[in-house]
Amino acid sequence: MTLAQQPQTQNLEFDCDSGNYHTFCPISCVAWLYQKIEDSFFLVIGTKTCGYFLQNAMGVMIFAEPRYAMAELEEADISAQLSDYAELKRLCEQIKRDRNPSVIVFIGTCTTEIIKMDLEGLAPKLEAEIGIPIVVARANGLDYAFTQGEDTVLAAMLQRCPTSEDVASETEKEERGGIQKLLNFGRKKDDVSSPVSDYKEHPNLVIFGSVPDPIVTQMTLELKKQGIKVNGWLPAKRYTELPVLDEGDYVVGINPFLSRTATGLMRRRKCKLIGAPFPIGPDGTRAWIEKICSVFGIEPEGLEEREAKIWESLEDYLAIVRGKSVYFMGDNLLEISLARFLVRCGMTVPEIGIPYMDKRYQAAELALLEKTCRDMGTPLPKITEKPDNYNQLQRIQELKPDLVITGMAHANPLEARGINTKWSVEFTFAQIHGFANARDILELVTRPLRRNSSLHDLGWDKLVKEEVSV
Amino acid sequence: MKLAYWMYAGPAHIGTLRIASSFKNVHAIMHAPLGDDYFNVMRSMLERERDFTPVTASIVDRNVLAQGSQEKVVDNIVRKDHEEHPDLIVLTPTCTSSILQEDLQNFVQRASLDAQCDVLLADVNHYRVNELQAADRTLQQIVQFYLERAQKKGNLSTEKTARPSVNIIGITTLGFHNNHDRTELIKLMGDLGIDVNLVLPDQATVDDIKKLPQAWFNLVPYREVGPSTAAYLKETFDQPCIDVTPMGVVETARCIRAIQKILNAQGAAVDYEAFIDEQTRFVSNAAWFSRSIDCQNLTGKKAVVFGDSTHAAAMTKILAREMGIHVVLAGTYCKYDEAWFRDQVSEYCDEILISEDNGAIADKIATIEPAAIFGTQMERHVGKRLDIPCGVIAVPIHIQNFPVGYRPFLGYEGSNQIVDLVYNSFTLGMEDHLLEIFGGHDTKEVITKTVSADSELVWSKEALVELNRVPGFVRGKVKRNTEKFARDRNCSEIDVEVMYAAKEAVGA
Repeated sequence: MTLAQQPQTQNLEFDCDSGNYHTFCPISCVAWLYQKIEDSFFLVIGTKTCGYFLQNAMGVMIFAEPRYAMAELEEADISAQLSDYAELKRLCEQIKRDRNPSVIVFIGTCTTEIIKMDLEGLAPKLEAEIGIPIVVARANGLDYAFTQGEDTVLAAMLQRCPTSEDVASETEKEERGGIQKLLNFGRKKDDVSSPVSDYKEHPNLVIFGSVPDPIVTQMTLELKKQGIKVNGWLPAKRYTELPVLDEGDYVVGINPFLSRTATGLMRRRKCKLIGAPFPIGPDGTRAWIEKICSVFGIEPEGLEEREAKIWESLEDYLAIVRGKSVYFMGDNLLEISLARFLVRCGMTVPEIGIPYMDKRYQAAELALLEKTCRDMGTPLPKITEKPDNYNQLQRIQELKPDLVITGMAHANPLEARGINTKWSVEFTFAQIHGFANARDILELVTRPLRRNSSLHDLGWDKLVKEEVSV
Repeated sequence: MKLAYWMYAGPAHIGTLRIASSFKNVHAIMHAPLGDDYFNVMRSMLERERDFTPVTASIVDRNVLAQGSQEKVVDNIVRKDHEEHPDLIVLTPTCTSSILQEDLQNFVQRASLDAQCDVLLADVNHYRVNELQAADRTLQQIVQFYLERAQKKGNLSTEKTARPSVNIIGITTLGFHNNHDRTELIKLMGDLGIDVNLVLPDQATVDDIKKLPQAWFNLVPYREVGPSTAAYLKETFDQPCIDVTPMGVVETARCIRAIQKILNAQGAAVDYEAFIDEQTRFVSNAAWFSRSIDCQNLTGKKAVVFGDSTHAAAMTKILAREMGIHVVLAGTYCKYDEAWFRDQVSEYCDEILISEDNGAIADKIATIEPAAIFGTQMERHVGKRLDIPCGVIAVPIHIQNFPVGYRPFLGYEGSNQIVDLVYNSFTLGMEDHLLEIFGGHDTKEVITKTVSADSELVWSKEALVELNRVPGFVRGKVKRNTEKFARDRNCSEIDVEVMYAAKEAVGA
């Protein structure tokens, strides 16, 4: 545990409201995880309501023969007239026949929770019978919000990572990292097969969090520049390539919503967690790398210049956002990191709404947020956990922020009232990690500002008749 | 359990929310876990709604699971009453509350004591009805509630209006082109000299409901939402109902004649025949279109139709009866309404498919290989994969099916719109003809993007050239027919002769 030095966070104001807010159901994680884990099949065991959400929220992806489906519960399932086991077995056999995946992930929903379907108990039996691993994740709306769905899946999956004893040959061990293959992609051969001595001596490091493959490559190379070798990613491109995890290995998170995965890695796999800010924005990326280096006793090289250069290249966007205020309604748990980055960009943040605030897992991020505010001379934001959207809309009317980052339920109504908005969901699907992608974050943040400034002179920014009390 | 990748009709609560948010100043509170308020996103995005969707959730979380909702639902209702001052709050059960079996009716009663507004529990069961059935039921429930109350209070006027008047029932939010149909129907009624007493539920207030019995009759344009309400009004106030969807020239005329009959029975003495004739022959362009030489090229072309009962039935009739198109298959996902659908379309198509399984209809389309599909967004994607054009005629739909421009499907302007949709979906007539003469756009190599299986049959060079001359969109079918013919006769090589023999054999 390197969480030893607890940062001072008592100056940030934390609040907790009613929890009446809009967010995506955590089962939405199947949409990006099935794409990330190429040999997986996600089976969401729930009702028409879950299916309707997935089909509408994921838009056209549904037509690309997705490797996910609903096991739609019918009245006879609810009243236990049918055997859960027999029903699931029938569906799993059909999936095996049609798709032959390397793993089936059962996503438990509100309904399976309420009728207390023992998925964790059924899975090992089914697994033995059909011969395909079955991972159970309870990503339901009773307990979790949006991106936390990924957290529940990874927390379940970390149990399936092999130890080095399980893995016979050294070659297989290398492959499990998937790193060789990644670095091979589009690079010169000699670059990849460079001698091992390129890396400094340090304990094993595994990164957890699902990010698109280009980000995996970028972050792996970024660490390689410091002589740090990434031994694997949780999740990997394929289920069969899950990384090797041994007792005492180091792990670091890449996303702020992975509390349960972090806990699982520490408690169940006896790994050591590196508590760092998240590599979102050049400031976050630098802090993330520096923290990993410091844990391994490595002196980081060239990071300061690297960061400065990125900031310089962002100047055109920074000129747009500087001095503007941004309000986070909160729905995907990326809020603290994004707010910290935007404060560094020169924005002010009156309020950060967030579904769930793990002050331990996000400690380093919170400390960096506080430090950034002090450095930039801006007031500390109020952090509202489990926000109440109605109350937030009242505050937005009062504060009149230059930009509101919010879900799609509120975006159009706010725009019609002359308030600039950015859909928060886009931050979840865009590539936002690492040095190179800071521009993408600002591209998203400035888009409404740029669009609306080009419409500004037309004089119709308020498009509702009466001043409705929201 | 059912393995499902896609569904046509949504869960029951969506139907209730569509009704509640269609009314003005009605708020819905869902008894649901976090994330089930996805309806707000759909309404805000698809309809590009400027106002906040009047739907909130009373969140079911772990605590509710352990202890029950207790005061939570009541508090949320009372709070919303204070904040928004709605006329009515509809407590909406979801799949979750269906299993929790909390006494929601009791919450409603308790909340009514503290709230200024009326409070109702939507009487829908997630596991028994779908979105459309729930919408129909909820509308009827709200109407009955307010009419019974007015009756009790004695402020219900059942006296008919002086001039002929109508209630248009079933226009809702997130309905397929409902807002445009609304305008078109009001215009049509105006042309017929009929006053619109009330449009329900879209933009109506609950206070308007007590006006309902004053209309001379009810018009229910859609099969899915409204019939229950009309049936209730018929039973209680003996108000006649017209359930002919005025979609297409023939059906619009039939609808107007039905109106004429009802009005005359009540002593109006109207004659709409001249109006129908004028509209059909000179105002609407649909009748003239089907007579024009361009439409000749559509004669006998194969089409598949799939959608909700209303639109699939009407479309089938328009294609077959008004345009001479060969509807091979007509289908609907409204399984609960199967008898009606069969009755409507059986004489206009070869085959009927009643199914909620998108795979079943996709397989049918692949085997039939029609020249065009008229279906939902799902069929549009099937068409994309098979390279068959598709016109979207029913929900489920995407944002592009909520056009800003005026696009009704009903009435005389609607028939014009449908003509454009149908015509643009088929390959343009002359283009089609020229392609056939000149052997298609692409003479370089065979495109074997077909659904037929690879085979070891050998095509001679000349036969390949000949196959190339077949226009792209039927090439796959010709190839398959020829190969099937060759296999049946044990020909290992396909030359031009075999090809033409095959063509003659299938009479193509």
